Amino acid sequence: MAMGFDDQEYTKSFDWKSWKKLLPFLKPYRKLIFAVLALNVLCAVIDIAMPLFQRYAIDEFIETGDVAGLPGFAVLYACVITVQALAVIFFTRRSMRIEMSVGRDMKRACFVHLQTLSLSYYNVTPVGYLLSRIMSDTNRIAGMLAWSAVDILWAVFYVLGVFGAMLLLNPGLAAAVILIVPVISLLTAWFQERILRWNRRVRKMNSRITSAYNEGIMGARTSKTLVIEEQNCREFEAVTQDMRVSSVKAARLSAVYIPLVMFFSSLTTAIVLARGGWLVLEDLLLIGTLSAFTSYAVGIFEPIQQIARNIAEILSLQANIERVMGLLEQKPLITDTPEVIEKYGTAFEAKRENWEPIRGDIEFRDVTFRYPDGNEDVLSHFNLKIPAGSTIAIVGETGAGKSTLVNLACRFFEPTSGQVLIDGRDYRERSQLWLHSSIGYVLQSPHLFSGTVMENIRYGRLDATDEEVIAAAKAVSADQVAAKLEKGYDSDVGEGGDRLSTGEKQLISFARAVLADPRIFVLDEATSSIDTQTEQLIQQATELLLRDRTSFLIAHRLSTIRKADLILVVRDGAIVERGTHQELLRKKGYYRDLYLQQFREEQVRMA
Amino acid sequence: MKQSKRALIWRFLKPYAWIFALTLALSMANTVLGSLTPQVVRVAVDSILGGEALPEVVTALLPASVTQARPMTQLLCAAAFLLAVAVLSGLCTYGSRMGTAKGSESFVKSLRDALYRHIQRLPYAWHVEHSTGEIIQRCTSDVEVVRNFVTNQLLEVCRTVFLVGFSLAVMFSMNWRTSLIALGFLPVILLYSAFFYSKIAKRFLTADEAEGELSAAVQENLTGVRVVRAFGREKFEVERFDKKNERFASLWIRLGRLMSAYWGIGDLITNLQILTVICVGVVQTVNGEITLGEFLAFVSYNQSLVWPVRGLGRILSEMSKAGVSIDRLAYILDSEPEQEPENAQTPPMDQDIVFDHVSFSYGEQSVLRDVSFTIEAGKTFAILGGTGSGKSTLMHLLDRLYDLPPESGSITVGGVDISQISRPYLRRSIGMVLQEPFLFSRSIRENIAAVRPGASMEEIRRQAGTAHVDEAILEFSDGYDTIVGERGVTLSGGQKQRVAIARTLMQDAPVLIFDDSLSAVDAETDAQIRASLHDAKGSATVILISHRVTTLMQADRILVLQDGRVAELGTHEELLALGGIYRETYDIQTAAADRELLLEEEGGESDGNGI
Repeated sequence: MAMGFDDQEYTKSFDWKSWKKLLPFLKPYRKLIFAVLALNVLCAVIDIAMPLFQRYAIDEFIETGDVAGLPGFAVLYACVITVQALAVIFFTRRSMRIEMSVGRDMKRACFVHLQTLSLSYYNVTPVGYLLSRIMSDTNRIAGMLAWSAVDILWAVFYVLGVFGAMLLLNPGLAAAVILIVPVISLLTAWFQERILRWNRRVRKMNSRITSAYNEGIMGARTSKTLVIEEQNCREFEAVTQDMRVSSVKAARLSAVYIPLVMFFSSLTTAIVLARGGWLVLEDLLLIGTLSAFTSYAVGIFEPIQQIARNIAEILSLQANIERVMGLLEQKPLITDTPEVIEKYGTAFEAKRENWEPIRGDIEFRDVTFRYPDGNEDVLSHFNLKIPAGSTIAIVGETGAGKSTLVNLACRFFEPTSGQVLIDGRDYRERSQLWLHSSIGYVLQSPHLFSGTVMENIRYGRLDATDEEVIAAAKAVSADQVAAKLEKGYDSDVGEGGDRLSTGEKQLISFARAVLADPRIFVLDEATSSIDTQTEQLIQQATELLLRDRTSFLIAHRLSTIRKADLILVVRDGAIVERGTHQELLRKKGYYRDLYLQQFREEQVRMA
Repeated sequence: MKQSKRALIWRFLKPYAWIFALTLALSMANTVLGSLTPQVVRVAVDSILGGEALPEVVTALLPASVTQARPMTQLLCAAAFLLAVAVLSGLCTYGSRMGTAKGSESFVKSLRDALYRHIQRLPYAWHVEHSTGEIIQRCTSDVEVVRNFVTNQLLEVCRTVFLVGFSLAVMFSMNWRTSLIALGFLPVILLYSAFFYSKIAKRFLTADEAEGELSAAVQENLTGVRVVRAFGREKFEVERFDKKNERFASLWIRLGRLMSAYWGIGDLITNLQILTVICVGVVQTVNGEITLGEFLAFVSYNQSLVWPVRGLGRILSEMSKAGVSIDRLAYILDSEPEQEPENAQTPPMDQDIVFDHVSFSYGEQSVLRDVSFTIEAGKTFAILGGTGSGKSTLMHLLDRLYDLPPESGSITVGGVDISQISRPYLRRSIGMVLQEPFLFSRSIRENIAAVRPGASMEEIRRQAGTAHVDEAILEFSDGYDTIVGERGVTLSGGQKQRVAIARTLMQDAPVLIFDDSLSAVDAETDAQIRASLHDAKGSATVILISHRVTTLMQADRILVLQDGRVAELGTHEELLALGGIYRETYDIQTAAADRELLLEEEGGESDGNGI
């Protein structure tokens, strides 16, 4: 599956439809865009006028020997270059503003849309893939639109303007210069495509080198015990050798391309010199005009290359656009109906005044379920009534499908057929946010956000006062975690809570759930070994949280399992046994095996 | 310090110095060739079109048939000369570009290889101390900075200095007064550009950091999506994202303002310089101090000077970064690698292993205290101990992942102190399976055959069979060719451990260590693996570290380690009789406990067998 998300898929044919999707993002900035275009045209006009100053100086001052007009000339020249400088300043500012604003808007659109997509989408999509859609692709699109597209416009204007100027000055000589243009364009297009391709290869090689370093360092202990350092070095050297060969090949393309273009540039100069010189000799051309022509002939090359180069780059932008738009057009699996949104609001604008209070009765009525990417039913015609306040433990081996019921109850997935009722009504009649606001969730590998301990607990209820946060922390002994940290509740927990141990993270996420005071509580117990002291704290916290709430426990600890009102035993995706602890033990079935195994493992951990 | 930096660069640059020298020579030649074009134009304007006498250089070099030909023929000759120069200059450009590419790629390859090789040779303790991310950062970004410094910036500075010097020399030879004006502007342009870039660089850094923060915020939201949904915090998340997104955008917009000023004002200064040169040139030409052709040549030399000088300002301000990067690489390369003792010995390893009064500490933290015991050759020796009791450290010391400091006891094999034994020989003779083994992202086959890349498929499957992983491997769609890790299949913890066992068995070592290496395998499979290992081990000495009594009890001798000291040592029966930690663990883990539990839960009814 990971292969499907490999980057660099490359669409070749130009598709106007993809490009049109960008228009809504550009529209708010159309005034800025027009200003940038106008400033660029101005710049192009000035650039075209520059050689004419030199021509005037030669023809009017030097050839006539009269310098009376020189001060006026200098002032005018100075004015023009000042205007040009101002145009550059204004244009750069606006282009930057466009780039960053369009990029910002696109990022926002992606981010907001991702908040509405179903969890099933996240299950099959690597985070890195999404991240590069939001960051790199939007950056590239915005950057290319604000700069490269504008550069093309400038270059086209400049080239056309120079053509016009040359044709006005001397049509015959102009024709000679213009004839070179298609040659350069074709040459650039041909090379550009290959250079881009090789550069992509070099980039890929580069990431291979990075992951080789990664392996070399992460696997250092293993390499040492196996004594395979020498072999690793040889393999690494093969990769860097590949890199060297590819890079040199990529460089060779430019090393051929650039002299070729330069040669054609010189060829044009030579033609202008020979043909123009002859015209001067015949008195058909002024020498200043010849000098202006030479400047044009040389000056036109860079813009032509720029056009060809930028066109190739912009065409490759289509892939980025398609990826971003693909993300934005991804349909959420679970949506609220318009009627529900009308009454209860959306995830971003809730109409809390219309929300009914939630008691916590949950009923599965004739539920059949199959995962969107699965090919068999994991539940069929399943019925279960959970009165408010009761505790349901779900046990089974890793990967047996213990989360399915929780996913359904929390409406992270919806039943394929049948209904889930909350307080007697199908939960699809209420908004997702209504339900989610009443759920407390503590994950096996608890996720914290970077920020302080205080901020993380407050995530459970955003308007809680500091005192309420601290009270919640105390209730589950998370205050002991804070106390151990340098700055107490104001200590930074690091990215994803990295600076805390799993047990500590768990306690903080308990506090977060307590603060939320949910009617429904879901706990996915940790299996990883936690030191005995923390383990006890966690058990106490769990008991506190379970009190008076409807709870689902994906249970590993014997104490929690034993105390549950109902135990569901899951094997290979199906519920194979259900009952209380006593009933199930008496049955001498799969549960009993699991229970004994669990018992032994827990003892080993304590040892 | 400066000296060592230069020495470090020179060490890697030296083999390719001739390429860089050639490259530099070619690009200098290119500069000289480039300066010919304005001269041709000058001669064409002054002599051919203006009717003045040809300069002496031209009459001396060219035959009379050309110098005395009609102006039209002379024009054609000039054009042909231009083309010839273009071809030569094209060849020089090709040569210098290829030289740069070859030189720089070779340089960077040897630098990368040396870093990798050195990192492989660094002691295990070094790896523990340093974070992977940071080392990788140094090996990638810093290498890139150094490469850029050596191959682009240094060369570019040399080129620009030569270009400026040469062009100025030509200009001064034509007209010193106007040249002085042109020269006067250059320091201004250079300083202006360097100043601005050092200013912009700081802002760039903040803007980059803002991007990093934004990216981290998005990543956190995506990885924590379940938490976000479960608490219904979508709106809060969007608001938080908006703040960071807005900051990122506004920092860049502000940076844009600074850059716009830089570009705009830079253009203005540059153009003013050109304007001044044109005006002064015009007056001088009209006064007859220089010819029209000289004026044109002068103007074009001047223009070819201005841009590289602006670029030079940027390069100089960026070059300062390289020093830091070189230091960071030097830090890695200067770290002390593992040393081989002089006259390293390779004694037979199928001998008794003796730990004699061994003490060890990681920095301040004492791990082993005066530990003494003997592992008899060919026997199975087991170690039991809680987390942090020092059992893994014992094995790390035996494999010389850590070296025992002087005066802290000794470890001997067959009477030879292991510090005298060749390290590769020692490690090759000890097959060690770690609790959390690392598999390389290659095929399973390559992973198992890591120590003997040429091993036959039969042999690989035989060892995989011993480790009871053969069947599991065959169930993958690509079988033994399945790629593991990031870009391939993720193996379960138990599968990884078993592949690692098979890999170690390939070593065919006289000493085998299993450091809790079946912890992720269920008890039944554990027993099967142990049975087949027992058959396959032959005369090897086996050391087992485990929590499972069923594993421990099969050993000839059992060591119980507590807080870095030997708590109990003896056979299974002896330790049971002792009634200590081992006994306690045994009681908890055996079926008796199950029976008791069931009695309690079910009120007396039980069949007692467990599993």
